[in-house]
Amino acid sequence: MTLAAASHGFLSPTGVEIAFLLVGIATLGAAIVTVSSRQLVHAALWLVVALGGIAVEYLLLTAEFIAWVQVLIYVGSVVVLLLFGLMLTKAPIGRSPDADSGNRWPALAVALASAAALVWVVVDAFRTTWITLDGVQGSAAVSGRSLFQYWVLPFEALSVLLLAALVGAIVLSRKGGDTKGAAEGSAKGAVRTPAAPVAREGQR
Amino acid sequence: MHLAYPAVLAVLLFCTGLYGVLARRNAILVLMSVELMLNAVNLNLVAFDVWLRDTLHAGQALTLFTIAVAAAEIGIGLAIVLLVYRNRGSSDIDRLRDLAERPAGPDAADGGRQQPDTKAEATA
Repeated sequence: MTLAAASHGFLSPTGVEIAFLLVGIATLGAAIVTVSSRQLVHAALWLVVALGGIAVEYLLLTAEFIAWVQVLIYVGSVVVLLLFGLMLTKAPIGRSPDADSGNRWPALAVALASAAALVWVVVDAFRTTWITLDGVQGSAAVSGRSLFQYWVLPFEALSVLLLAALVGAIVLSRKGGDTKGAAEGSAKGAVRTPAAPVAREGQR
Repeated sequence: MHLAYPAVLAVLLFCTGLYGVLARRNAILVLMSVELMLNAVNLNLVAFDVWLRDTLHAGQALTLFTIAVAAAEIGIGLAIVLLVYRNRGSSDIDRLRDLAERPAGPDAADGGRQQPDTKAEATA
């Protein structure tokens, strides 16, 4: 342990570490703006910055393939889906004062307490652990070989899961058929929430 | 590179997402915070995979699986949110309290509020 600590200066960071730290600060800042912004579309756009920053961190950790998958799937499709969701639920474009719920301060307390506890545990556990970053660990060739040699069965199961999720999303978001729509209409007639008239308009 | 850098960054991102899940009111913002938490876990997986030099590359394979599961989750989640919005006229998860246990009172006999779309509460 002491030899390992001596070979790496504890307070003399390498270039990769400095780059990781700077990108990490940017990522964390974007994440904090994402969860605290009162403008919903801006929150989604800051999420792009946070996810892109995480992709850069993957590149710095020499996991190339994961980085590009991250860019493709998260930045390319998940954020677009979220923006579509914001549009379809008619989210307010400007500043919406009720973006945060009433339990904001307890949530902040819980988050800070868990952050303090986890940072303490993690730093204490990995104080003398270094990653040696020589050579690329996660190029597309290496990832593909391990994925299709050792992880084929979970990979195929995952494709079935994606198909099931796709079918489920279509079934959920389809406007109900005749019988289903009638059942929903009668069920909604019994509800006396203030949102019910708006909902019935949306059904047509 | 010191292993504490990615680990601490993952912890902080996870707690940011935790705050977002607990404090946000719009269901889509809650889904964004869940994405942040999943990404923190992914960062941990990749960092530990690179540290341990696993011959099976379990960390990176699991990261790919997590990304795919997150994509499925966001699709289903947005479909549920859109359904709730269509039924209720808002995607405000603080108002989806139909399954809440209220103290016995005059409201208790009002069974009409228990409407059959339990899907609304799945996102709450």
